[in-house]
Order: sequence, then structure tokens, then C-alpha cells
Amino acid sequence: MDFHITYMADDSHNRRDESRFKNIYLLRLSYKTGSRTGLNMDLEYFSQLFFGGLTRGSIYALIALGYTMVYGIIELINFAHGEIYMIGAFTALIVSSVLTLFGMPVLAVVVLAGMAAVVYSCSYGYTMEKIAYKPLRNAPRLSALISAIGMSLFLQNYVLLAQTSDFLPFPSLIPDFEFWEPYAHILTSPELVILITTVVVMILLTFLIKFTKIGKAMRATSQDKMMASLLGINVDRVISVTFVVGSATAAIGGILIASHIGQINFYMGFIAGIKAFVAAVLGGIGSIPGAVLGSLVLGWTESFFTGYISSDYEDVFAFLFLVLILIFRPSGILGRSQAQKV
Amino acid sequence: MTVKNELIKSILASIWFMFLTFPIMVIKVNTVTDTVEWRWYNMAVVGIGSFFISMLWRYLIRKKEEGSKKEKKDTVGPVQRILQDKKYFLPGIGAALLFTIFFPHIFSMYQTNIMISALIYVMLGLGLNIVIGLAGLLDLGYVAFFAVGAYSYALLNLHYGVTFWIALPLGGLIAAFFGIILGYPVLRLRGDYLAIVTLGFGEIIRLVLENWNEFSFGPSGIANIPKPGFFGFELSLQATTTFTFYIIVLLVLFTIFVINRLQNSRIGRAWSALKDDEVACQAMGIDKAKTKLRAFALGATWAGMGGVVFAAKTTFINPASFTIWESVIILCTVVLGGMGSIAGVMCGALLLILLPEYLRDFGEFRMITFGTVLVLMMVFRPGGIIENVRNTYKFEKSSQS
Amino acid sequence: MKPILEVKNMTMDFGGLRAIDNLDLFIDKGEIVALIGPNGAGKTTFFNCITGIYTPTSGDVFIDPDGDGKKERINNLKPNLVTRRGLARTFQNIRLFSSMTVLENVMIGCHAVTKAGILGAIFRGPSTKAEENLIVEKSYNILEKIGLAKYVNELAVNLPYGAQRRLEIARAMATEPFLLLLDEPAAGMNPQETLELDALIMKLRDNEGISILLIEHDMKLVMSLSERIYVVDYGKKIGEGTPEDIRSNPVVIKAYLGEEIEEDA
Repeated sequence: MDFHITYMADDSHNRRDESRFKNIYLLRLSYKTGSRTGLNMDLEYFSQLFFGGLTRGSIYALIALGYTMVYGIIELINFAHGEIYMIGAFTALIVSSVLTLFGMPVLAVVVLAGMAAVVYSCSYGYTMEKIAYKPLRNAPRLSALISAIGMSLFLQNYVLLAQTSDFLPFPSLIPDFEFWEPYAHILTSPELVILITTVVVMILLTFLIKFTKIGKAMRATSQDKMMASLLGINVDRVISVTFVVGSATAAIGGILIASHIGQINFYMGFIAGIKAFVAAVLGGIGSIPGAVLGSLVLGWTESFFTGYISSDYEDVFAFLFLVLILIFRPSGILGRSQAQKV
Repeated sequence: MTVKNELIKSILASIWFMFLTFPIMVIKVNTVTDTVEWRWYNMAVVGIGSFFISMLWRYLIRKKEEGSKKEKKDTVGPVQRILQDKKYFLPGIGAALLFTIFFPHIFSMYQTNIMISALIYVMLGLGLNIVIGLAGLLDLGYVAFFAVGAYSYALLNLHYGVTFWIALPLGGLIAAFFGIILGYPVLRLRGDYLAIVTLGFGEIIRLVLENWNEFSFGPSGIANIPKPGFFGFELSLQATTTFTFYIIVLLVLFTIFVINRLQNSRIGRAWSALKDDEVACQAMGIDKAKTKLRAFALGATWAGMGGVVFAAKTTFINPASFTIWESVIILCTVVLGGMGSIAGVMCGALLLILLPEYLRDFGEFRMITFGTVLVLMMVFRPGGIIENVRNTYKFEKSSQS
Repeated sequence: MKPILEVKNMTMDFGGLRAIDNLDLFIDKGEIVALIGPNGAGKTTFFNCITGIYTPTSGDVFIDPDGDGKKERINNLKPNLVTRRGLARTFQNIRLFSSMTVLENVMIGCHAVTKAGILGAIFRGPSTKAEENLIVEKSYNILEKIGLAKYVNELAVNLPYGAQRRLEIARAMATEPFLLLLDEPAAGMNPQETLELDALIMKLRDNEGISILLIEHDMKLVMSLSERIYVVDYGKKIGEGTPEDIRSNPVVIKAYLGEEIEEDA
């Protein structure tokens, strides 16, 4: 009889950590290495890494936007943001499977599943804010952070229990375009779609924040909540909208990445979330261009690091990067440093 | 009128949650057989459940708001009153001690082993309580120090044959050293950044352990770690378990003693002040850096010692035991019990570790419950089950009104 | 007699903004000096520069607690070290340790002048015990002196506003300063409380021998308390002298009342 089964080593923990999960957390870049002899091959390898990093960075950016917007408005690290992204991917998978079984045409499935994922992610983001953060608006920041961690744990295990702990295959929603064939050895069609989508989302978001009424309200609220509410801005509504918009971009990221990697599981949000957070901090948390810039920098450094040095320590590298940024430039690349008022 | 309002609100909440949980709770696609399983039963449960929960939720929120409106509320709850009352306190402690002493003789070895795990968590919780509860530094990488302790013992034993008794203080010291290494660069960071950096640090330690095969034997871990020795005697498995149990009980008592002393000392007050207001704290002549480092190092020491006991108890360790979620569970015990309160943290740890163990069916709901507990505690009772109360002083000449 | 605090040519820039411009100031032993000026003139920034919260862009801050000419430059010291050298301050926006009791707040102030470490705290030997008793006793005495003894075991946040301001002073006193920097001690007080504060500050100077530099907007209090007054505006010193000098100084009047008396200036 074996008496050594204890809590700390029981299977519910091992489940999360077996090495088979390694590197499938977020992105598996398939490098077509070949025999790297000539200068041309080196250049090709370099450009693969370059575009791989760009794709990676775009995904990070889609998630990082949510972090940065929420932080900009209520100064909360929304720990559960990665879970929203995971829920987006799951919803897309479930809806697309059901619709496919009903015999819907591919294009309709893709559009409907995408819409469902965005709608559901937004709803989860909205509800999460109402339950876990709104009652803590005036509480110490530590309380809200702990609540966010709880929310993250809850959502992960909710999906684990209601669906499965296994990896689920995710259909490749993006086909290989014929016209792109000549360039596909450097940048694949799905990567191209990811890049284009990211750029479109960024433009829309910039438009929303710069030129719409709610965007103006968001900027006002992030400057001074009290003053904004005195001027008749419904701060609660602005915060809700922020969560909803952030969730929508995360959901888009979730679908793109899931269809790119080809599989999802309940844990995918965590590492992706942490890395996106690193990116947001790197760029300067609270700054939207900063989040994009930080994401690209992180995507590239990771891509080149794994491509030229070692893929074993990829995640270590990301965390190390975070620690170093926070120590040496806590305000990030584009962030404004705030002197504490005494 | 209001009843009708309440009902409408609850029905809306119910509909909303049925909608929200629909794809994930109701639909389940079997990708192998290409069939869809419709679990309408779940939807009914969610609908009815959220109807009542939303009522309860609004009731509790209202109560909380009314509570905070009252100027001065009685912060001393019934539990503290019992704890403070010598009449109940001493016999209570005596009974608990007696129960603990005879525990391994009354219950089976299996139960004793569970209790050892729970007590390791008590120790970890109390250690983390120094960092979070006393000094107010949210450390999400606490498990890293636990890992450092466990691997210190395992590796020192493997390479140099270091025994448990030497490894115990050594593991604590090495962990404290790591605590300072981590603590030093993050001193300037604000609360939530600190949380993320410590989380990153914890993951770095785990990933290094997982990937550096030559050093730590990677994911396969280290086996055959000796159990604690008893003056060179060979003990039976049963006796070793009992012995380990007493060791951890003594360590917990030692921890309580130390934390109790620290709490009401110059250092403890400095931590408390640091938690409340860093600027004012420095203006009182307190060295912020030194005070924070002390908290990190002390907290880590306990995690390190806990790690040594853990390695000795399980005789096998691998990186899978030291994930971020262990840190979250320990955090959960501290938050549930009551940050800063020794009795609270102990209750929290015992509740959270023992309850799922005894409610077998409950096992798979463990993590989701932890998540729920964290959110609910923060929303409704941020002080925890047993709130920490400040030490009061009596003065003969005091003119208390 | 040499001044106990001497500030020379202090300048503080925030980005392009010059918050303090070439300011000189000194305080003699046992003086009560006021620093006045319109809102945003840089008074609190000046305090922050002296106490180490900010490092001034240029200039020097010297202290000489005994007035014997042995000056020490304290520009680059951290706030806790400045406090340890005997400069204590209060804050304009009350910064008490809100989760702690009144007594504990004052006990924290004793931190700088005591030294028990981790091991001392754990083993609690005779010297630690003695020190601990001393801290409690000293803190209680200070509370009695400041008139807060009846609140000893109350949480600091539950105190009335005026009492919180006094508690800030009590806490600063516990660090055993030779110079006390008070940042708007009377803000938000009613006339009765302000009168009591006036008496309290006098008492601190007369009985404890502590010199005082205060920022204050309540002109009645400033005029009745201070022996000398510095007036700053836009970070520049625009006036200096006894209360009578200041009252009749046209530049000061202009800064306070605006442009309408320009022709008099």
C-alpha cells in the first residue's frame, strides 16, 4: 500500500503540469529549418523568426489591450483576463462544432462561431466585473487583486468541470490562400490573417477611444474618476464598457490563436494572460500604443530567443524579462511615471 | 412592491446566467464520435440556483452597505471574545494539545499522513502570513521558497548525505537567502506589481527545476529521500509517520510562538505601519527596504523549513508539486482565515485542506471552491473568519472614557 | 549661535516646472518660523525636499542640531535617515497608520530611537523587554502631553479630525526631533481647536525646546505663533521677516490679494 499520496502531489495538480503541456500553452511555431547552410537559408530562417515573432506579438497585443484598458481605468490587474480569452476560444469551438454537425456551410460557421465567441466573452467580462470587482471599488487594491485571482481560478475550473481537462482539437478556421502560396514559406496564411485582423482591431479601437463619446468618457474616467462622475459621466457604465471592449479583443485573439495552434484547453488562458500582461507592462501599463509596442517587442524577443538560443527556457525568459522591466523601468516604454502625491 | 422588484431582479439574473452558461454548461461536443450531448439538466440547475443566489447576494450586499454606514461597529466578534477570555482559552488550548498528542494513536496512519499535510499547510500559511498579513506584501510566488527548501534537502542528501535534522535549518536559511535575493530588487515596486513579479519569480524557479535536468533531474524529480531519522534508530513506517507528525506539530508550535512574538514587537509594528502607509512609515524613521527584506526573508524561512518536512514526508519530489496554484492555495488559507491573525490562518489552513480530504466527492470541486472563496471573502468579509485585533494596553492612570 | 537648519539656493524642478526657485532659509534654535504663501507656491514641496522624500535638483540643506557649527549636509539622505537625525514632520493630508491604535501610532514614532531586532523580538530578553516597556511608557506620556490620552486604544481612523492632526504631532514627537516640520496643522480645525493647537505648539517649544517650522494658511495662528515668517510664491522667496514686517510688505500683499494694488508696489 502506498501512503504517500498527499495533497501536494495529487493528480489534480499533475494534470496541469505534465511536460506534455509544455509549449502548447500558447504558440507552437513550426520552423521549417531545413539545412541551414547558405546565407539565403539564414536570411530565410531570420525572416521566419521575424514574422513568427510578429504574429506572436499581435496575439499578445489583442490580449494585452484588455489588461491595459482595465488598468488604465480602475488600476486593477485583471488577473482573470486570460480566462476570458480561454472562454472565447471554447465558445467558438463549441458553437462551430454544433453548427458543423447541423451541416452549415463553412463560411457561415466561421462567422457565427466568431460572433458567438465575442458576444459570450463580452458577457463574461461584464458579469465578472459586476460580481468580483464592482463591490470592491473602494476597497484596498490588494482585495481587488485577490478577488481577481479567485475569479481566474473559478473560471478555469468551471470550464474544466463543465467541459474537459483534455486538449480539444480546434478546427483550422483559416484556409491556406492560393494567392499567398509564394510567400507561405515565410509567413503562412493564418499568420497573415492574424496580422491583418490585429491591425484592423487596433484601428477600430483607436477610433473608438479617440473619436467617440464613450471613448472620451473613458479617457476622462481614467484621468480622474471623481471628476468624471461630477461632470455627469456614468463611471460604472464606462467601466463596464471597458471590460466589454477588452473582452471582445481577447476573444478575437482567442479564436485566432486556437485555430492557428489547432488545440485548446482550460489552462490556455493563464500563460497567455501572464505573457500579455508582461507585454502591457513592458509597453507601459495604461497606454494603448504601449500595449501594442510591448507585445511586439516581447513577441520578437521570444521568437529570436527560442529560434537562436533555446526553446526550453522560453517561459523563463518571458518572466525574467518581466522582472527586469519592472525593476529597471516600472513605467514601461511609453508609460508615464507617476510621482506619489505627498 | 419591493418583493415584486426583488423577484423580477432575481428572474432576470436567472435568465442572464442561463444564457451565460449555455454553451459551456449545456453543450458538450464529443469530437471522436461527432455527437452533441445536450445537458439541459445543467441549465435548470443554473437557472434555479442563480435565482436564489442572486437574492442572497443582493441581501448580503445591502447588509454590508448598512454595516459600513454605522460609525463605530463592534469589531470584536464572538470568536475573538472566546480567544481573549482566559476562562475558555486555556482549557481550549489544553484540549487541543491533548488531542494533537494522541492523534496518531487514535487515528490510522492514513489519517495521520493527511494531518501532516494539513499541518505543513498551516506552517506555510503562517509563514505567508508574515509577508501578506503582517507586512502587507502580496507574494504570489511563495511556493518557490517551499520548493527551494524541498530541493535543498533532496539534493544535499543525494550528493552529500545531509540528514533531515541538518537540512531543516539549512533549508530555512537557503530559502531565506532566496527571499532576500528576490526581495532586494522588488523593494521599490507597488503592491500589484510586486504580486506579478513574485509570481514570475515562482514560475522561474519551477521552470528551471523542470528544465535543468543535470541539476534537478527535471520533471521526473528526485525519489528515495530519507524520512526524518530518530537518533540513528531504524523506525517502522508507522513509527516514522508518528514521529514526522510530532515534528511538524512542534514546528507549528514554534512558528506560532515566533509570529506571536514578532507581531507585538518593534519589527511587527514597523510591518504594520508599512502596510498602512509607506511614506509616513519612512517619515517615522523606519527603513523601508530593511523592513520589507526582513518580512521576505522570515516568510521564506518558514516555507523552506516546510519544504524540507514535505520532502522528508513524501520521500519524492518533482516540480509538479510547486506550481503557482500551490501559492494560490496558501494565499487562500491566509485570506479565508483572516490576514494577520494566527488563529485565523490556522483555521483557514485546516478547513481548506481537511474539508476536501474528508468530503471525497468534493475533491474535484476543490479548486473551483477555492476560487469562489477568494472572491466571496474579499467581497463580504475581507477580514477573514477570525479578524485580527490590535493589541491593547492598560494604564493605571488612564482616563478612559 | 549658528542656525540649526540652513537651506541654501535650493531649487527643485519637476520636468520643465520649477517648483522651488533658489530658496534660502534658516532656523535658529528655539525659533518658531512660519512658511506661508498662496496655494501651489511650493511649500509642501519644500518640506518634501528637506525631509528626503524628494531630492532637490540643486542647493544644499544643512543641519546642526547643537548649534555648535558642526554642519551636516542632508540632501541625499533617505527620509528615514533624515528623521533619525532629528527632523520630524507631519503631513498636510493626514497620513496616520489607520489600522493601528492611537498608542501604536505613537509607538511607531519611537522606532527611530530604539533598536530591538528580529532575534530580540523572538527571544524577548531583558533588554528587549525593558525597551518595549520604555516605548509604551514614553508613548503614553506623549499622548498625555498632547491631550490624547483618553483615546489610547482607539483605532486612529476613528478619531475626530482635530485629534487626528494632533496625533500626527504626537507621532512626530516620539521620534525625538530637534526640529518639527508641521504641514498645515490647523487645516480643517474649528476656532476652538485652533486655539488649543496654538497653545500646544507654544508648549512644545517652551517645555521641550523643540524648534518649529510650520506651513499654515490660518493667518491669525501664524501671526500669533511665529517669530519669523518666510513668504514664497511660485517657488521664490518674496518676503521674510517678523510678522509686523510681513503684514506691511507690499510684495506679499500683492501676492496674496492680487493685482489691484500694483501701483502701490
